[in-house]
Amino acid sequence: MKMETEVKKPDFVYVTYIATTPEKLWQALMDVDLMAQWWVDPKGGCCRVNVSDWKPGSLWEHRRADGSNVVDIAGKVIEATPPKRLVYSWARPGEVADEAKHSQVTFDILPYSNGLVKLTVAHDDLAKDPAMLSGVSGGWPTVLSNLKTFLETGKALPKTAAAAHA
Amino acid sequence: MDIDKVFKALADPGRRRLLDQLRSDNGQTLTALCEHMDMTRQAVTQHLQQLEAANLVAVIWQGREKLHYLNPVPLFEIQERWIKKFERSRLGVLLTLKTQLEGLENENGNGSEKT
Repeated sequence: MKMETEVKKPDFVYVTYIATTPEKLWQALMDVDLMAQWWVDPKGGCCRVNVSDWKPGSLWEHRRADGSNVVDIAGKVIEATPPKRLVYSWARPGEVADEAKHSQVTFDILPYSNGLVKLTVAHDDLAKDPAMLSGVSGGWPTVLSNLKTFLETGKALPKTAAAAHA
Repeated sequence: MDIDKVFKALADPGRRRLLDQLRSDNGQTLTALCEHMDMTRQAVTQHLQQLEAANLVAVIWQGREKLHYLNPVPLFEIQERWIKKFERSRLGVLLTLKTQLEGLENENGNGSEKT
């Protein structure tokens, strides 16, 4: 197995197996129109999309897909190797310039048996930011579960739990 | 994933204890996990393999070290299947009440983070 360039101990690692292809999964992580159908806000509210040209060094923005385009999270693209590995830093919009405050998200896509693709999401360097850590740790399972449903059924998801009964 | 594997993996108290270990300190090595378990290293290895096969434990290699992480994704899918969204806040209130009245720490592992 290829070693990571930077050896860090992730704070969280999430794994899900999705009946899809690495290419479709990659596209779902890049394509704004697709993302608007599955990247729900775990706390309710509108879907989010990640906007960037996905070149290493470029900025990316986690925007609300309700027309407001409010940016809740932003960061830098560190690595984008289609359809295998996507790494970006993760920060509050006001802290993008201060890299010491960034955490890091890694998506690893691996073909598995029986037409499944193994998606591993690791979030590193969160321990220094307990508020972000608690927000993020509850959020990823919801986001990944929706991604899986979207890719396997092709269906757009209903609005989130919190939004549904708000 | 095979949901039977998830329930089988959860049916064993030793394996649940391993998950609790990871919940309190995520990303441990086999050696670190063995320190808290009164069973042989080999038994811990086998339990971890079952948890990994059920996707309840995710593994990351860091250099030569194999780190184990609690992967809550299958549990989240079970929750999505049987717990209706509007029931969640009420269930949270009930659980808080129970915990306060009984004055217990989360020994049954039901104090998992809110989603």
